[in-house]
Amino acid sequence: MSEMIRQDGRKFDELRPIKIEAGVLERADGSAYLEVGGNKILVAVYGPRESYIRRLLEPNTGVIRVRYNMAPFSVDDRKRPGPDRRSSEISKITADALRPALMLENYPRSMIDIYIEVIEAEGGTRCAGITAASVALVDAGIPMKDIVVGCAAGKVNDEVVLDLSEYEDKEGQADVPLAIMPRTGEITLLQSDGNLTEEEFAKAIDLAMEGCLEVSKLQKEALMKKYSTE
Amino acid sequence: MIYVENKDLVIPGQVLADDEYYSGRGTFKENGKVCSSLIGLVSLRNKKIRVIPLKSKYVPKKGDVVIGKINDVRFSMWDVDINSPYSGILPAFEVFGREKKELNKVYDVGDVLFLRVVDVDEIKKAKLGLKGRGMGKFKGGIIVDIAPTKVPRLIGKKGSMINMIKDKTNCKIVVGQNGLVWVKGDEDMEQLTKDVIHLIEAEAHTSGLTNKIKNKLYLAIDGELPHEEVNEEEEEFVLEKPKLQNFKEELEQEEREAEENKIEKEEKPNIAEVIEELKRKNKKDNALSYGDNSNNSFILNNK
Amino acid sequence: MDIVPEITRQSITNLVRNDKREDGRGLNEYRDISIETNVISKAEGSARVKLGGTQVIVGIKPQLGSPFPDTPDLGVLMTNCEMLPMADPNFEPGPPSDDSIELARVVDRGIRESELVELDKLCVEEGKHVWMLFIDLHIIDNCGNLFDACELAVMAALKSTKLPVASIVDEEVVLSEDETFDLPINNELALCTFVKIGDKMVLDPTLDEERVASARLNVGVTKDGRICSMQKGGSQPLNKEELLAAVNVAVSKTKELIEHL
Repeated sequence: MSEMIRQDGRKFDELRPIKIEAGVLERADGSAYLEVGGNKILVAVYGPRESYIRRLLEPNTGVIRVRYNMAPFSVDDRKRPGPDRRSSEISKITADALRPALMLENYPRSMIDIYIEVIEAEGGTRCAGITAASVALVDAGIPMKDIVVGCAAGKVNDEVVLDLSEYEDKEGQADVPLAIMPRTGEITLLQSDGNLTEEEFAKAIDLAMEGCLEVSKLQKEALMKKYSTE
Repeated sequence: MIYVENKDLVIPGQVLADDEYYSGRGTFKENGKVCSSLIGLVSLRNKKIRVIPLKSKYVPKKGDVVIGKINDVRFSMWDVDINSPYSGILPAFEVFGREKKELNKVYDVGDVLFLRVVDVDEIKKAKLGLKGRGMGKFKGGIIVDIAPTKVPRLIGKKGSMINMIKDKTNCKIVVGQNGLVWVKGDEDMEQLTKDVIHLIEAEAHTSGLTNKIKNKLYLAIDGELPHEEVNEEEEEFVLEKPKLQNFKEELEQEEREAEENKIEKEEKPNIAEVIEELKRKNKKDNALSYGDNSNNSFILNNK
Repeated sequence: MDIVPEITRQSITNLVRNDKREDGRGLNEYRDISIETNVISKAEGSARVKLGGTQVIVGIKPQLGSPFPDTPDLGVLMTNCEMLPMADPNFEPGPPSDDSIELARVVDRGIRESELVELDKLCVEEGKHVWMLFIDLHIIDNCGNLFDACELAVMAALKSTKLPVASIVDEEVVLSEDETFDLPINNELALCTFVKIGDKMVLDPTLDEERVASARLNVGVTKDGRICSMQKGGSQPLNKEELLAAVNVAVSKTKELIEHL
């Protein structure tokens, strides 16, 4: 059974190749670029800054706003520009996934804008977006308890597998995207769609967490590479 | 147990030390561990760990000197952009006292001023004033924008970096703690100074920077390298403990000038001048206490 | 909203008066240009252009559709631009701004009027099925002169575009699984953008130069020297001499720009 490999030749617990780069844009306060498999994600962070949308601000802390957006050319059939229900939901849960790590008490009544652009999509963009957004937040100098990292697991051909590709996402039986704060292992994002037994679910969580820890190392490397003197 | 060394580059969430160490600025304690909350460099003194941020937005603090841009003129105050998530206001009475004048004839939208943060309210809005030497509107020159956390490096130990640049380029340079720098001199020297300031910003956390900058300046201006090197030992870790020597010097000079003015004024006293003088004296005391303290590092003393 | 400091306005104006610029360039000099093509494998054509700090990505997606009634045998080009809020702190999320629509239309006009895309070869069945090319401009970093960066990116993306071979079988369009053809292109084009600062025209403006400029001029020129699109922007007028001098510079600079493609 363990001899079986996946459609793209990976082992069940193997991630797609990942590349992360910090600080790739001039104007943004912080930015990051991430490739995982065929995904290409660019994130920019602005802030903390003044916001004219007063109703969103809070008196005792800074707030974040996330905009997840897919480029029209990022998918096989051209996507109409602008937000839709899917991207609005992803924007919201991404903000929820990042918020527990942020320490914004020193920036009351300020706003941090996080812009996630999916330049090319190949399955797992929400986790990739969260991973890249965390790196961009660090790059912007935002105080945080930890660097949130995302990774999915799922079920394909009755096997629990790590980091579903686009093909596996479409053909598979379940997809469980997860994000954690790696130092404590606390979960900040969890979705699940598809059918899993209780056992399979537990296994998927374990696998996704392991995947997160691996991606977390790459986030750290990217930041060290950008800022170390040697 | 401590897991890092002085000047190590660390990232948010990284565990720095166990319970017996104290958590300073840029760190937090959780489950008996001191962790970093920022990307920055470790600064270790005794048992206290701090992290000096590589980047951070300017948050106004009472006593700071900043460079601001007039964004709007209102009935009795100016709105000032101080390169921060928080805007500043310059009340008319800070400028004219009780006298009535048309505000936009004095400072108009787009004017750039050197200001002092007089007070910061509970929502971090900064009240600004102009009491101090060289404060007021800049005429001519250029504005250079750097990360506020790199300001100490630009100034250097005892002003070593900034004074070297001033001497070599013959430019006047005023550094705001909010990361804006005003440079005025010969047109080409202004541009060279801007490039050099950006180089310092980009390489603030590298060693041997003073020599590098010196070489660049000499090469650009004289076409040859300087004869003597800066003593590397003096370099050290300026990000950590800047001294506001240049500000202090300016304040001392200001004091002397104030002294001279006083003599003139005593010949022809009038009430307005006496009030002005009292105000000035008041400010001097404040300013000196802030520039004088050798332990005072102006990016770290946020309580 | 974003007010230019008065002293910045003065210093840029003074520099330009002395034929100098804040980044050391001459008045008719471009910043460094780099062009990468085929950067998006899901797009049939794509390019990423860096012009100094300015960065844009262009993706081209084809769709089969009905031709316009007055041109039943021609393919269709549609250019759309998103000035992403990631690119500039003053860009707002939401539907395209006037600036972004103008940018898309000026870039589109050069391509359209130069007739460099052979639209007749994009006809699959006259009156019924033609290729529609969606050209999407994605602005990711705005450090000035988005116009020229976008035109270069569109040009590079068009040149890299491959379409599936389409045929009609039993009155249905059938797309070949593996056979593609290069988008037929018979010319090349570049856009040269100037701004007026003081009484001088400055090529390839930086962001600050754009902000202090009184007027803007875009000149689209083909490889063989035809002027095929122009646009005057900004709040102040230009005079005839300025216009003709700029056109003269644009015609010679176009050759230099096209070499990057």
